Amino acid sequence: MKAVKRRAGVNLSACFQCRKCSIGCPVAGETESPPSEIIRRLQLGAGDELLQTDLIWTCLSCETCYARCPNRINFAAVIDALKSMAVEKGVAKPKGDAPLFNRSFLNTVKSYGRAYDLKAIAAYKLGTGSLGQDMDKFPAMLKKGKMAILPPSGGDRGTVKRIFDRAARNRGTGR
Amino acid sequence: MKYAYYPGCSAHSTARDMHESCLAVSKALGIELNEIKGWTCCGASSAHQTDRELAASLASANLVKAGQMGMDMVVTCAACYKSSKAANYEIVHSEDMRRAVAESLGEPYDGSVPVRHFVEILLKDVGIAALSKKIVTSLTGLKAAAYYGCYLVRPTEATNFDDPENPTILEHLMEAAGVESVEWSGKVDCCGGMQNLTRTEISVRRSAAVIDMARAAGAECIVVACPMCQISLDVRQTDMEKLLGRKYNMPVIYLTQLLGLALGLSPRELGLGRLMVDPAVVLKARKEAVPSRH
Repeated sequence: MKAVKRRAGVNLSACFQCRKCSIGCPVAGETESPPSEIIRRLQLGAGDELLQTDLIWTCLSCETCYARCPNRINFAAVIDALKSMAVEKGVAKPKGDAPLFNRSFLNTVKSYGRAYDLKAIAAYKLGTGSLGQDMDKFPAMLKKGKMAILPPSGGDRGTVKRIFDRAARNRGTGR
Repeated sequence: MKYAYYPGCSAHSTARDMHESCLAVSKALGIELNEIKGWTCCGASSAHQTDRELAASLASANLVKAGQMGMDMVVTCAACYKSSKAANYEIVHSEDMRRAVAESLGEPYDGSVPVRHFVEILLKDVGIAALSKKIVTSLTGLKAAAYYGCYLVRPTEATNFDDPENPTILEHLMEAAGVESVEWSGKVDCCGGMQNLTRTEISVRRSAAVIDMARAAGAECIVVACPMCQISLDVRQTDMEKLLGRKYNMPVIYLTQLLGLALGLSPRELGLGRLMVDPAVVLKARKEAVPSRH
């Protein structure tokens, strides 16, 4: 709990289980443990087993939980903290492989200074073996100019490289 | 009205229509947008899920550049808006974050460069009175649902956009264009956009629920100000049809595209041809409109 608290910068003991977060959560019906339950488990001293909980990779980052919390607990930051800890400890094996998507996306930002959708999506789909999915949409999107074919240019790559280098040194991320 | 303009990565890819319509509307209203030289990615959701300091640093790189121009930074993408405002908020409220960002950028940044969404500029800087005078084609008879999604209104302390549960900025602008905005309770619900590729079925169900709600309220189209919402609601309608076994066919149009039509701009300048679901109902309202008299 201390590690989560430090990373997320939140006071979890302020939670009195009103469950407004879970009631407003758009994926509460898709998960085994809704937000209020995760907070309760953290209060009761949950350890690394919490990094396996499915909500951290089902969460949509909509932040409705945080917006409606009467005690202003930033549960979205708790989820982000659990995500980064699960990835760093190598225990993240989520459905949909969001960590691979995030790496694929950030790799293009690191290379070009700006996101290159087509390359990020291709890298993600190759890695997950889901190249076939969405193939019905790409021709129309490319034709309508709703997806860039060429890589982005013009971004200040030097600054972006500096930022990623520091992140890699400090957190082991951004590799 | 001069601003430092941050287009964001989607402006040249999945949201060219948003970018094009924003530039066209700005020109028509005399808003001067000065593109920030060398702007870079705000980090989007992938950065904050990975490392909060990385996220705040990536967003701050642009804020520093805008600050050097001495103007407010204007964004059209709701996700960039949220990243940039969240970075400012965290830098102001956390000394650790301020230190981390300064170390990343190689220069200090105090979180003070104002970040504004283009729709805020339209409502607060241009104003409804001045806007109404420029309307040449009032889109009377069109019923539309204003959809805000997440990133404009949340996190509430950081974005401070409007009432977080019942924002009305888009409705005011739509009504200036003669559009009737429907009352509905889905306007700040999530479209599931962040999991569009990773948990597609969840995302598709969330987006379908938003469209179902808008339709039940009588909307003929949905008006957005976020490229993530636009893509999820528009491009995924074929998936909704497959998953749920019913037709969708709901146009999802940017506020700037809708307003542009009322300002007399052409569908081509506004990138209307890029939408996946044909906005026929919107164009029909334009055709049938009685020219405004000023």
